[in-house]
Amino acid sequence: MGHQQQDVYFVPSKSYWPIVAAISMFVTVYGAAHWLNSQPGDSSAFGKPMFWLGFAMILGMFFGWFRSVIRESLAGSYNGQVDRSFRMGMMWFIFSEVMFFGAFFGALFYARIFSVPWLGGEGHGVLTHQFVWQGYEASWGANGGGGPQKIGGSFQTIAAWGLPLLNTLILLSSGVTITIAHHALKAGHRKALLIGLGATVLLGCCFLWFQAHEYAEAYEHFNLTLGSGVYGATFFMLTGFHGMHVTLGTIMLAIIWIRCAKGHFTKDDHFGFEAVAWYWHFVDVVWLALFLFVYVL
Amino acid sequence: MAHAATHDHDDHHGAPKGFFQRWVMSTNHKDIGTLYLIFSLTMFFIGGAFAMVIRAELFKPGMQLVQPYFFNEMTTMHALVMIFGAIMPAFVGLANWMVPLMVGAPDMALPRMNNLSFWILPFAFFMLLSTLFMPGGGPAGGWTMYPPLSLQGESVAYVIFAIHLMGISSIMGAINIIATILNMRAPGMDLLKMPVFVWSWLITAFLLIAVMPVLAGAVTMLLTDKYFHTNFFNAAGGGDPVLFQHIFWFFGHPEVYIMILPAFGIISEIIPTFARKPIFGYRAMVFAIASIAFLSFIVWAHHMFAVGLPMGAEIFFMYATMLIAVPTGVKVFNWVSTMWGGSMTFETPMLFSIAFVILFTIGGFSGLMLALAPADFQYHDTYFVVAHFHYVLVTGAAFSIMAAAYYWIPKWSGHMYSETWGKIHFWSSVISVNVLFFPQHFLGLAGMPRRIPDYNVAFANFNMISSIGGFWFGASQLIFLGVIIHCVFFSKKKAADRSWEGAKGLEWTVPSPAPFHTFDVPPVIHDDELAHGNTDH
Repeated sequence: MGHQQQDVYFVPSKSYWPIVAAISMFVTVYGAAHWLNSQPGDSSAFGKPMFWLGFAMILGMFFGWFRSVIRESLAGSYNGQVDRSFRMGMMWFIFSEVMFFGAFFGALFYARIFSVPWLGGEGHGVLTHQFVWQGYEASWGANGGGGPQKIGGSFQTIAAWGLPLLNTLILLSSGVTITIAHHALKAGHRKALLIGLGATVLLGCCFLWFQAHEYAEAYEHFNLTLGSGVYGATFFMLTGFHGMHVTLGTIMLAIIWIRCAKGHFTKDDHFGFEAVAWYWHFVDVVWLALFLFVYVL
Repeated sequence: MAHAATHDHDDHHGAPKGFFQRWVMSTNHKDIGTLYLIFSLTMFFIGGAFAMVIRAELFKPGMQLVQPYFFNEMTTMHALVMIFGAIMPAFVGLANWMVPLMVGAPDMALPRMNNLSFWILPFAFFMLLSTLFMPGGGPAGGWTMYPPLSLQGESVAYVIFAIHLMGISSIMGAINIIATILNMRAPGMDLLKMPVFVWSWLITAFLLIAVMPVLAGAVTMLLTDKYFHTNFFNAAGGGDPVLFQHIFWFFGHPEVYIMILPAFGIISEIIPTFARKPIFGYRAMVFAIASIAFLSFIVWAHHMFAVGLPMGAEIFFMYATMLIAVPTGVKVFNWVSTMWGGSMTFETPMLFSIAFVILFTIGGFSGLMLALAPADFQYHDTYFVVAHFHYVLVTGAAFSIMAAAYYWIPKWSGHMYSETWGKIHFWSSVISVNVLFFPQHFLGLAGMPRRIPDYNVAFANFNMISSIGGFWFGASQLIFLGVIIHCVFFSKKKAADRSWEGAKGLEWTVPSPAPFHTFDVPPVIHDDELAHGNTDH
């Protein structure tokens, strides 16, 4: 990261969006916490409406905050130094997301390599097996015999070479289309840009559609649920958080498509596009890890 | 070229007029830094009040004042409030105030996000503290939230979401600090000319971004285990409660260094000033911080020696942990060497810094004892551990924050504090804190377990001494509050731009109090102004 000289510094004006954001986040999570603890049929429970109110506030906040940033950017207020700060912000945000997924991958590896074999009596888990789960047969992708089977019932797993493979191909293609769009943007080919980016949005939607279909299959036909032992927990939490990120990424791509159509970006100045492209590549790479460790192996 | 920073709209001259506009809509690193520091001080007293309840209950054996569940709430909340509410925001507040001044930047790199990072915190702590008044009470399973104990009660969801909010705040704050340091330095402020405090925060910010998301993941798994039937930490479903401990401490150990590396930075600023010598081994200090940060990722299971780890893991984590003593030893050696042969004076910041070096080292030695896996089976979950981490966190982190407050308050307020009362605060604190925590080593070695409201009568004397020290230390902090209020609002003594005779660095070249906007254009940096300008490279 070269240190380039800046003639003048830029400091943005004061803004009410941060406090709106803080209040919205608080309303959302307080509502969610209250909702989680409310009993069904409790008429005094305010958690659910509070959560949705907060959620709507967050959407409004994003809309308003980004609108003001886009306006300042279009007005030419930002200099090269601000651009570099934005780039660093996005890079380190994506790094924090990588670490978030790292926690869940860590749980997956720990369960597969240590806790499930130990429950089955391997290594230093021999006494656990003897006294707590006698008769438990350690195998990944099944609840095993004995005690643990009582949790969530027996289930089947999703075959890797069906929908998951298709979804892998879809996401990989979307990585290609967004790169085509980026090259088109840099070369000034507006039509190719819009087609490439539009295709990426559609591929993102296809991925989500198939993923929803897979979840429905898992629940209805395979009895694979969140409660299906540690397999179901890691399966749904990993693919679920990834799906949420793809959803967010697709929305971001759609917004960037609108901004491209409005001509917000130039050959040299299109950080908004690049930030979303980085994010999209990030969810792509997470998927490859998921495909390998959750579905194939 | 224009010669004023391009501030939007009406921000050219001075602070905005309205209270709401100035403090709630701020994009000014100094105002936001002040908000962080005030918030931190408030939380310090709230967390301190919880500690007073704990020490009052432990004053005598037997159940005296509170119910056991409330006692457990107090130990849990004391830790959460002090760690996430007092220590961390204090360091972020100091970074907000000082990093832009130290590197010649006009403000933080992302000022609006900076404001959001702060304003999340009051809401998060309102939510956390509100659980104390809920039916069923607040969290009582310890700040480490080990399942299944921590999954009892309705407060779980509130606590977890509060932790999510604090994590978001910390990550955004850390991203901002990294972008500021890497992108906003004035020309000539090379990386290896930066003040050690800036270096320590660069590395701390990296740790924060790396581990706060891991904590978020861990508590999310707790949430789904409680409310959505997952079995991450339930052996009946193939999971393992120990898995939580691994993920938690993968966060938790770097977190420990998040709370001490900025302290190293502060001490490395203060000691050269009052010894009137450049820091001894500047580069060694920087590399030592980086090594400590690296090692923090591979030592986490030393918190879990007694949980039943395989032998190989016990040995690996034992040796990796002891390795940390090497870079830490380098730091202590260099601080002492900086003082060696210096023409020293002992103003309050220096007193706190010297106390830091001595008492933090004691905390480090007890840490080495705890790192020995076979010995740790004896020490685990006893008051020896409590004594250890209070020596590193109170006489370490908290003392460094107090030193920083005394050191930089002339720059912040434009006034000098009362040196007499500062010294009274110091001596009262440093004596009482040892009366408070030193006997806890003996209690722990004798086997008194932590987090229990009652104890064997054999432990009575040391507990009474410790409680007296506790009340005394708590009362001493009211002096601190008084000194700050007096300095900011009532002190007549104006501070010079260079408030301390031996102080070097860009922050001392701007007026006291620092004007609302500093460095509209990048300052010209003269190497002899810098604390580390004359290192050869």
